[in-house]
Amino acid sequence: MILARIVGTVVATRKDPRLVSNKLLVARPMDPHGKAEGTYLVAVDTVDAGVGETVLIVSGSSARMAAGMKDCPVDAAVVGIIDEIEVVAGS
Amino acid sequence: MQLARVIGDVVVTRKDENLAGITLLVLQPIAADGSDAGRTLVAVDSVGAGVGETVFFVRGKEASFPFYPTEVPADAGVVGIVDHWDLG
Repeated sequence: MILARIVGTVVATRKDPRLVSNKLLVARPMDPHGKAEGTYLVAVDTVDAGVGETVLIVSGSSARMAAGMKDCPVDAAVVGIIDEIEVVAGS
Repeated sequence: MQLARVIGDVVVTRKDENLAGITLLVLQPIAADGSDAGRTLVAVDSVGAGVGETVFFVRGKEASFPFYPTEVPADAGVVGIVDHWDLG
């Protein structure tokens, strides 16, 4: 899984029927220190996350194991809202 | 599988119900000489690993297999703690 910050939402009227009523978020991956890295991605939201929050994103076929995503055409899903990241210096 | 060093953990209160009770670790993948190799990631833990330990982990849907039959939404999982390795 990766850490990411939610920076926006996506509105799509015409889409796969299995994506109807799912919220799509724009996320910017980040390292554990909060520094942005990599390219933006679109992830389906399963935990009611919002813009500005730090989240946990699961990618690939595992995204379909998120709640309510069975058989949905998704490869990234927000599965948690981060409270705290503890990184031990020098480890 | 890949080798990694556990460098931290993540606290997540609001999460997918199938992640409840599962420890989430921050991993830094490493090369054979122990140097950092690639981006950090978050992995589920099924072996009781802790910060500072060297572990190996799987990527992809297989990360959820240790928790079968629960379908844990995870794409990376620690499956072993390394005692030592030899390069011959």
